Amino acid sequence: MHIIESGNVAAANGVKLAKVQVIAAYPITPQTPLTEKLSEFVDAGEMDAQYIPVESEHSALSVCIAASSTGSRVFTATSANGLLYMNEQLHWAAGARLPIVMCVVNRGIGAPWTVWNDHQDAVSQRDTGWIQIYCCDHQQIIDTVLKAFYLAETVNVPVMVCYDGYILSHTYMPFEIPAQADVDKFLPPFKPDYALNPGQPANLNTVTLPDIRPDVRGNMAPGYMEIRHNLHTDMRDAIAVVADIDKKFAEVFGRNGNPYIEEYKCDDAEFVAICMGSLSYHLRDVVDILRKEGIPVGVMGLRLYRPFPDQAVRDALSARKGIIVFEKALSYGNQGALYADIKSALYCAENKPAVHNYILGLGGREIKTDHLVECLRNSCKQPKTIGDTPQWIGLKL
Amino acid sequence: MTEKTTILNLPEDELVHPGNRACAGCGLSIIYRIGLKALGRDTILVVPPSCLTVLQGLYPIAATQLPCLNVTFASTAAAATGVLGALRAQKNESTIVAAWAGDGGTSDIGIQALSGACERGEDFIFICYDNEAYMNTGVQRSGTTPQGVITTTTPFSGKAQKKKDVPSIIAAHGIDYVATASASYPLDLYDKIVKAKAIKGPKYIHVHTPCPAGWGFNPRYTVKLGKLAVETGLFDLYEIENSEFSLTGASEKLIGKKRKTVDEYFKTQSRFRALSKEQIENIQNEIDAKWAEYNKK
Repeated sequence: MHIIESGNVAAANGVKLAKVQVIAAYPITPQTPLTEKLSEFVDAGEMDAQYIPVESEHSALSVCIAASSTGSRVFTATSANGLLYMNEQLHWAAGARLPIVMCVVNRGIGAPWTVWNDHQDAVSQRDTGWIQIYCCDHQQIIDTVLKAFYLAETVNVPVMVCYDGYILSHTYMPFEIPAQADVDKFLPPFKPDYALNPGQPANLNTVTLPDIRPDVRGNMAPGYMEIRHNLHTDMRDAIAVVADIDKKFAEVFGRNGNPYIEEYKCDDAEFVAICMGSLSYHLRDVVDILRKEGIPVGVMGLRLYRPFPDQAVRDALSARKGIIVFEKALSYGNQGALYADIKSALYCAENKPAVHNYILGLGGREIKTDHLVECLRNSCKQPKTIGDTPQWIGLKL
Repeated sequence: MTEKTTILNLPEDELVHPGNRACAGCGLSIIYRIGLKALGRDTILVVPPSCLTVLQGLYPIAATQLPCLNVTFASTAAAATGVLGALRAQKNESTIVAAWAGDGGTSDIGIQALSGACERGEDFIFICYDNEAYMNTGVQRSGTTPQGVITTTTPFSGKAQKKKDVPSIIAAHGIDYVATASASYPLDLYDKIVKAKAIKGPKYIHVHTPCPAGWGFNPRYTVKLGKLAVETGLFDLYEIENSEFSLTGASEKLIGKKRKTVDEYFKTQSRFRALSKEQIENIQNEIDAKWAEYNKK
């Protein structure tokens, strides 16, 4: 069924189709309409789930951690400071290897207060051990929610489905709601390896020593460092799993096929603009304008941010003359976080293109097509790396 | 309480292994052993960081025969909510969910989640073992540390503020069952947990739990000191059932009787060494006034 609705409603429909059993959430703008929609589904009896209106985001993720540990499929959603309030729990969920799915409706973080969009919330949480996938439109939101459950439950790593606050969360766009029967074909019910169970007691997440240690039967159990190594290795292996799941999704639903990077006019492009989220669709207009000027430029939207698909990035970018990284987030005192990742991926490539870094749209600062055209044109005319200091777009000092 | 449990009809099933990592004379190890007998095997435990985390053992060896979820410090009651949500989703209405936290994990960092869970009416038992300071981290003051007590963060003159009355705060949520208990009266705790299991909704039990290392006394006196706290009227055993307050057990027996004086309790523990005569007098007066009210009822 095709409908015209908001990005938040697209996400809510994905959660409903995934037959989530326990939902816990705390309201925060611009996530709120998503959780309102979910409570509507539950209250109307359209969705057989426990909706738990908790007293904080810290508790929202705590409920999900415990319900997932008890063997149920769980979901939560948040934005900005809500995500930061979860920080300790984010690490805990990943360390405990729980397949939680969370929508992060991207918003700038305080102080000072802002409710508008940028990516600082999710990007600042990139090292918590969660998979992060960014969406560019409403169809991607609903599809990614479904794929996220499959992915999380395959690799036992939690997944953030990130999409831009307001730009996607509150705007209306046509998208297809898949049929439940097709979703059931794609996404099997959640079957955890272990769930809390009085018939088979276990003491989960207890104090773990620096070194490996035998259990009462003499079998060696991993120490803290082995457990961390396994999380990292499984995250790296998840890169291939993302592509497998994307392929399976395309078989059932007949769409997708860009698990890591979505390209636009990149086949012959000497220059490539790259970014995350809805901005990559905005940049398609910019590419069209510059193509008319004869500039061989394309744009790539990076979908998978963690684990970082460095091989795919290298394959896609290393043969170009120049890479222009546009970012709605910043590693203060250094540079854009994505810029650093892309440069790092290109370091071992034979041909190293010039890489430029633009910071834009922080706290919802309007991103004007004219500005993008000008910056991208300038970068294409000077394909040299000009130091790591990022340039700011739309800044009015 | 109608049928009181005695040592003769206490279940023989031991759910806490001997040789665990609790200190000698630990009040928690008494109530944990008896408390788990009361909860029974069809129980899922939720535990934040505390002395109990240590008692339960280091991975991959556990001292407890019940499934247990270790959770972050502030999240105990929210995690219990999550376990309950999953059990409801799986149509499991028999398994008991019990959260077991220290006084810091309950009255300080954990109170927001606990208040939220009580307001939502979650069907769980929350047991706070109150050893009156952050013992696991080395005796720092907590919200329930009594006035005048020396801790490592109130090192010379003692804690200036009074003990936070957590059971009253929880009772103010209007939940159906709030009780206090003491490690020195474990069978009373046993009966209160058994009673709590039969009640739907949130149940809160606050257990006074002597700590030899933190309070500064010889481990052989754990039970004696816990009793003295009750016999002096400093810590009272009671239940608040459907908003009705009643003293129970050893405290009920003190109604209209002469109590031991508080200094008798204070002089047994090095943590009270900073208390002046005047402070002790003031505390005695407060206790006398509290008991004058009890005696009127």
